[in-house]
Amino acid sequence: MTIQDWTQNTEGLAYQACPACSAVWYFRRTFCPCCGDGAPQQRQAGGRGTVHALTLITRAPSEELRAFAPYVIALVDTDEGFRVMAHAEQDLRIGERVQCRFARIADRLVPRFEKTTS
Amino acid sequence: MSYITGIGLTPYGKHPGKSTLDLMSEAASAALADAQLTRKEVDGLICGYSTTFPHLMLSTVFVEHFGLDPVYAHGMQMGGATGFGMVMLAHHLIEAGVARNILVVAGENRLTGQTRDAAVQTLAQIGHPVYEVPLGPTIPAYYGLVASRYMHEFGTTEEDLAELAVLMRRHASMHPGAQFRDLVSVADVLASKPVAAPLKLLDCCPVSDGGAAFLISRERVNDFAVRIRGTGQAHTHQHVTAAPSLTQFGAAASMERAKSAAGVTNGDVRYLAIYDSFTITLTILLEELGLAPRGQAGGRARAGHFSHEGERPLNTHGGLLSYGHCGCGGAMAHLVETHLQMTGRAGARQVKDASVAMLHGDGGVLSSHVSLILARD
Repeated sequence: MTIQDWTQNTEGLAYQACPACSAVWYFRRTFCPCCGDGAPQQRQAGGRGTVHALTLITRAPSEELRAFAPYVIALVDTDEGFRVMAHAEQDLRIGERVQCRFARIADRLVPRFEKTTS
Repeated sequence: MSYITGIGLTPYGKHPGKSTLDLMSEAASAALADAQLTRKEVDGLICGYSTTFPHLMLSTVFVEHFGLDPVYAHGMQMGGATGFGMVMLAHHLIEAGVARNILVVAGENRLTGQTRDAAVQTLAQIGHPVYEVPLGPTIPAYYGLVASRYMHEFGTTEEDLAELAVLMRRHASMHPGAQFRDLVSVADVLASKPVAAPLKLLDCCPVSDGGAAFLISRERVNDFAVRIRGTGQAHTHQHVTAAPSLTQFGAAASMERAKSAAGVTNGDVRYLAIYDSFTITLTILLEELGLAPRGQAGGRARAGHFSHEGERPLNTHGGLLSYGHCGCGGAMAHLVETHLQMTGRAGARQVKDASVAMLHGDGGVLSSHVSLILARD
């Protein structure tokens, strides 16, 4: 199965896991940052998680992003055990359960979390 | 043993027409004059980077420009922690016998040397280029995320954060070199323009032009030598997404190393110089370093604890929040003020006792930490 990964312009959240020490992490590498093992696995995340932190950006960093402001940036703890930064719908609260969807912001595919009941 | 024997600081704010090298030179000349040393007596150079002049070899460029002939020169890049990081390195180089008088210098025309968008975008690059920056975050957004979690955990309110902005502005009002000197109230901070919730404009430090420099020496070459008693660092992550915790950063670990090397405890400390890029940064650092209980930094500021006459005066020049922030030089102004306080030269701002000082800087998003303990002994 091909792993879908928004950083490769396909709709999905990918992460890595170490078969040797069971560590999981988000930022792609060719080795495990915990034990140094050289064969980490690419995995597909389900997209569910819990909101860890939130900010509403009013002052966007560039002209192309100003059209989208204000927008929410969140840190979400996924059920698989890694943390992800993403866009999110407004009026979320810390601790709330969310599901990852995808959106185009300033012509880029980005993850965007929305409320879910599960 | 090593001593801080000279300090130099420009006003922070707008210096139109001045380059990175101009501001570095101005600060370096002032530090040499303060130390009563000549260029020929300087045998080491450590300098910070400049975002408006991103040269591969800035230390060597400055050697040529300023007219030095050092046995050691080195440029350093640790974000906001660079200023104190350079002092730590100078301290160890002096102790190792590599050099006798090391010039530590940084300067940048960060405000007038580029557009505001360019500054905001350059700084946002401390984020992850693949996993964070494409989302459109800003530095205030990284800190806004941290603030939301910290407030959730410890009950800190936006009013509590505002107290620290009010305090820094009150201190800056007494310093002629500060970028912002008009008093503000908690209500003013709360009503200021939203930037990255919960942070508003007055929760954020400004972008400034400016320069700062020190001389670090093996000998007490004048009557104003302040001893570097202990130094420490900690580095837990670069990107906020990868931070092990948003409530416990590396600050305490870094400061424990410095205090252990200095043989001091928090109870010995009389003066504080703590990094304050945002009100939440100062809140977290004060609380993680044990200088206020969790959730109570703002309350202590309101009660006068960190004022000139208070139990532990803090950033009496106005900090990054109001003296200004020109990059590597930003936190160096904290050390300049500490040195003036420790040597009884702070004029109208002079505190009663600054015999032992605690300094802490951080870079990135509370990512890289450097701690210093200075003593007048």
